[in-house]
Amino acid sequence: MKLLKEVWLSVFESLVGLGAIVRFLLRLVAEAPRALLRLDLIAQQVYNSGALSLVIIMLSGLFVGMVLGLQGFQLLQRFGSEEALGTAATIGLVKELGPVVTALLFAGRAGTALASELGLMRATDQISAMEMMAVDPIRRVVVPRFLGGVIAMPLLAAIFSVIGIYGAQLVGVQIMHVDAGSFWSQMRAAVGLSDINEGIVKSCIFGVACSLIAVYEGYYATPTAEGVGRATTRTVVTSAVVILFLDYLITAAFL
Amino acid sequence: MRKSTTLNLGTGTFVLLGFAALFFLTTQTTSRGITFFTNPPHYELTAKFDNIGDLKVGAPVSMSGVEMGRVTKIAFDSKEYKAVVSMRIDARYKQIPTDSDASIYTQGLLGGKFIGLTAGGAETYLKDKDQIDFTQSAFVLENLIGQVLANFTKNAGQTDSGKSKTDAPAEPKTSEKTK
Repeated sequence: MKLLKEVWLSVFESLVGLGAIVRFLLRLVAEAPRALLRLDLIAQQVYNSGALSLVIIMLSGLFVGMVLGLQGFQLLQRFGSEEALGTAATIGLVKELGPVVTALLFAGRAGTALASELGLMRATDQISAMEMMAVDPIRRVVVPRFLGGVIAMPLLAAIFSVIGIYGAQLVGVQIMHVDAGSFWSQMRAAVGLSDINEGIVKSCIFGVACSLIAVYEGYYATPTAEGVGRATTRTVVTSAVVILFLDYLITAAFL
Repeated sequence: MRKSTTLNLGTGTFVLLGFAALFFLTTQTTSRGITFFTNPPHYELTAKFDNIGDLKVGAPVSMSGVEMGRVTKIAFDSKEYKAVVSMRIDARYKQIPTDSDASIYTQGLLGGKFIGLTAGGAETYLKDKDQIDFTQSAFVLENLIGQVLANFTKNAGQTDSGKSKTDAPAEPKTSEKTK
């Protein structure tokens, strides 16, 4: 009986949490048009979330692509069709690895930064101070960060995929001597615009999810040092689970 | 002022890179591509095939294993019910005899199809917009399996009358087809 009650409580709490985060999203969307008037604030956040994540994304993309090249080559060699390496690497990168790995890295690099920044603002009463000055903290602080993340994420995923394809090409063509012409021509024959679209849609949705979770956790963080730490951790954990879950949903929807 | 310059520069570079990457993905990795690089000097040849299998635009055209060009267009001739394949041959390889033949082969076991040219013996060479007359269709696995099966059933039917006679000639027959 006691167990049942606890289960019910935790279900109840997660429902409340889900409702709160969805309402927060609606509020952000409602505020977005007015926040768009302050493009400079958004640009600054695109810089913070996007440009500063560029190095980690490019390095990871290169190595993921190189590993795909190696593994794909090993596998395809057994069937004597190494030329399909370009297709395999591109489809894998554009549809799955690009959006997902970028989103995970984004949650780790930019999401934590957003959450801890907002959490610290909350802990040091900067948010309350804004409210006192009749400045809406959601419009002035949260929405630009959210939009910055939403804009940055698809671009980062695209950069990741392109660097990854060149990583696969580096290993496949330069080291394993797959014919460069076949690598590219089979890729072009097999990859359709729908594959690219799937990747773009995924990365946009992941961008919304990651940024939303980060700003939500940060904005409603318990205003203590411990609370900020917990908010940061929860940002990464929740983002990772949500990304992988959404990934399954979107992939199924695109089939 | 200084800080905002680096900020703008960073944001600008990032956004530009991002859109360049998106552009690359949509145009360079798909078949709807835009070719930016002007093609090296080349000339065009066509060939009509009964069946091209899954030959695709962009597949290599080679002679003796050396790549000489690419397939640029695949069309259908509704009068002769044949596939018309246009290919672009590098201008370096001008001396392809007019009686050369074009066959469709498969790269590896599961790889894509490509066109292999075999030089003929004529003294005259193919020019731009010429047609290769001697062609050999793609090797379609299903047809081959059908033939092998037909052979087997034929053998099975014949074995009733005389076992020892039919077994011996039937085997080289099938292996001949697999080639």
